[in-house]
Amino acid sequence: MDMKRKIYSVLVENRSGVLFKVAGIFYRRCFNIDSLAVGETFDNSVSCMTIVSSGDERTQEQIEKQLNKKLDVIKVKTYEESQCITRELMLIKIKYNKANRREIMDICKLTGAYIVNMSAKYMIIQICADPEQVQLMSKMLQSVSVVEVARTGTLALSKCVDE
Amino acid sequence: MLGADAIIKCLEKEGVETVFGYPGVAICPFYNSILDSNIRTILIRTEQNAAHAASGMARMTGKPGVCAVTSGPGATNIITGIATAFADSIPLIVITGQVNSELLGSDVFQEADITGACESFVKYSYLVKNANDIPRVFREAFYVANTGRKGPVLIDIPIDVQNARINKFEYPDSVNMRTYKPTVKGHAVQIKKVVAELNKSKRPIICAGGGVLLSGAKHPLREFAAKNNIPVVSTMMGLGAMPTRHEMYFGMVGNNGKPYANKAMNDADIIIMVGARVADRAVNQPDLITKDKVLVHIDVDPAEIGKNAGPTIPLVGDANAIFEDLMKEDIEGDYSEWIRTLNEYKEKLSVVRKPNPEYVDPAAFIEKLSEAMEDKAIYVADVGQNQIWSCAYNVVKDGRFFTSGGMGTMGYSIPAAMGAKLAAPKRQVVCVCGDGSFQMSMMELATYRQHSIQAKIIVLKNGYLGMVREYQHYAYKDNYSVVDLSGSPDLSKIAEAYGFDFIRLENMKNAEESIDRFLKDENSVLMECIVDPMDLVK
Repeated sequence: MDMKRKIYSVLVENRSGVLFKVAGIFYRRCFNIDSLAVGETFDNSVSCMTIVSSGDERTQEQIEKQLNKKLDVIKVKTYEESQCITRELMLIKIKYNKANRREIMDICKLTGAYIVNMSAKYMIIQICADPEQVQLMSKMLQSVSVVEVARTGTLALSKCVDE
Repeated sequence: MLGADAIIKCLEKEGVETVFGYPGVAICPFYNSILDSNIRTILIRTEQNAAHAASGMARMTGKPGVCAVTSGPGATNIITGIATAFADSIPLIVITGQVNSELLGSDVFQEADITGACESFVKYSYLVKNANDIPRVFREAFYVANTGRKGPVLIDIPIDVQNARINKFEYPDSVNMRTYKPTVKGHAVQIKKVVAELNKSKRPIICAGGGVLLSGAKHPLREFAAKNNIPVVSTMMGLGAMPTRHEMYFGMVGNNGKPYANKAMNDADIIIMVGARVADRAVNQPDLITKDKVLVHIDVDPAEIGKNAGPTIPLVGDANAIFEDLMKEDIEGDYSEWIRTLNEYKEKLSVVRKPNPEYVDPAAFIEKLSEAMEDKAIYVADVGQNQIWSCAYNVVKDGRFFTSGGMGTMGYSIPAAMGAKLAAPKRQVVCVCGDGSFQMSMMELATYRQHSIQAKIIVLKNGYLGMVREYQHYAYKDNYSVVDLSGSPDLSKIAEAYGFDFIRLENMKNAEESIDRFLKDENSVLMECIVDPMDLVK
């Protein structure tokens, strides 16, 4: 089976229960959710769900159709990863010491991350980048002692094209 | 006006004449308001059957069937009925009472998250938190249930919302849902493609599913098939789309279907699937219907197209509208040779049964029964061996055939036949079940009696859960497990207890006379046919 990753940008009615209904499609029909991010749009009656999912071609087609079939779904746009600008946000709380402080700062510099909060022993690093970069960052920090991580799902917008 | 009064007013606006249900505290405001209306209420004996009865009514009238039950166990009991209707795309409006909205989520007495529990079995659901939303919600619900791919819509209404005063009752003239715009008309380009393929074809076949009946495309299908000389097979849900003895009809497909119907599907060079899901019981190997042939898949639900088999020509739309467009086209193909071949298959591949003469042969019995039934009769089959025999041997003339095809819910036939009879009191309605399925719904005999609804119920009695026993016969070499129905009641006494007439048929000797007595009986009647316990459908 040829598994491919797709990004579904799904505009839905901003009502209680809609997330449950959309997630239910994936659960019931055994579709994968690699990541999910939900937020209100400028129109507060509409939310945008960005769902990253991998599956073969038939699964991808079914995901789009089943999403469209749900009565709380307004519009579904499906993208290849390469068609989009994608971002994830990760916050990492780490315990640092004098010996590794410099190394951590170097990693931040290299990856475009920031130290957004710190105490004598702990610091919180923020990275906002595409999913690979975020993955790379978490790998690079494996040598230090990570206390907690919070990470969003992928957000995506299709790249600008002048018509 | 109270919320409950508004609900009744909405039902009146939608032309609802009958509500099936079972009250409880949480739906009492509704059942109090309905007393001031002309809507007839039918107290069903268990909630699941309210949905089946409403389903039988909906299949008869083409309008959503309505049922109303209480919160908690009332609501959870009806789930199987909702799921059964959902699997067969039957439009229902299911109203459930709910606990006080301020108590939602606190697990109080008889609280169940019914909209959550039913999410995957409903076309849509509402939890109404403001009584002023009632007119809009009901207007939408009826529209959603009965358009596009039809299905059940659940409306959960807390008791305080039913008791709340509403400012003004205004029933909306139209529905405005930005998320719901079903496609009715087929795409013109796709229709041209179908015509082009049919012109090239030598061996076309139409496979009619339940969608043909749901969209009211029965007669357009027959006209199209007759005009262009295209043979038709059907799925279980499509039975009745063509009269059984129609010269262009070649039986039901699938692993319980006619071998010649399956052969026709395999040998065809173009298959036109209409309103059928291509599910496993109808099409065992979806790859085979796409290999070396053109598959046209017509369905009102785009998600069904390509779900189980990738079509060459997808065609989204309502079957009725599409046949109307196809009728305008001239199809040049000559399929007479193919029809000759199919008739040969029909002769060669017909199954010859060897019935045990000491018992009633269900095949011969059902054939005789249905031949003797009125042309427009409604035959309601349950689930199990009785269903498979019914599918194979019931002769549909100009009537209907109802069964639970998608979900295969035992106990469906007795309440569904009741719904059908209430919808069409002048039509002959015959319900056929087994002794297993009969015992799942026999409490409804009281409902028939209470509301003076004429029942004609046949029980094919073999003392087993026959279909499972047959499966265990083949798959487990006769190692029968939990299929023996010993302990079943004496049906003559059951009939007597409910004031039904009773006929027992022990073998085929008196079949004609018994069938005649059964069909002519003006009282409710229960007929018991003793079937060989070891009889098989295959």
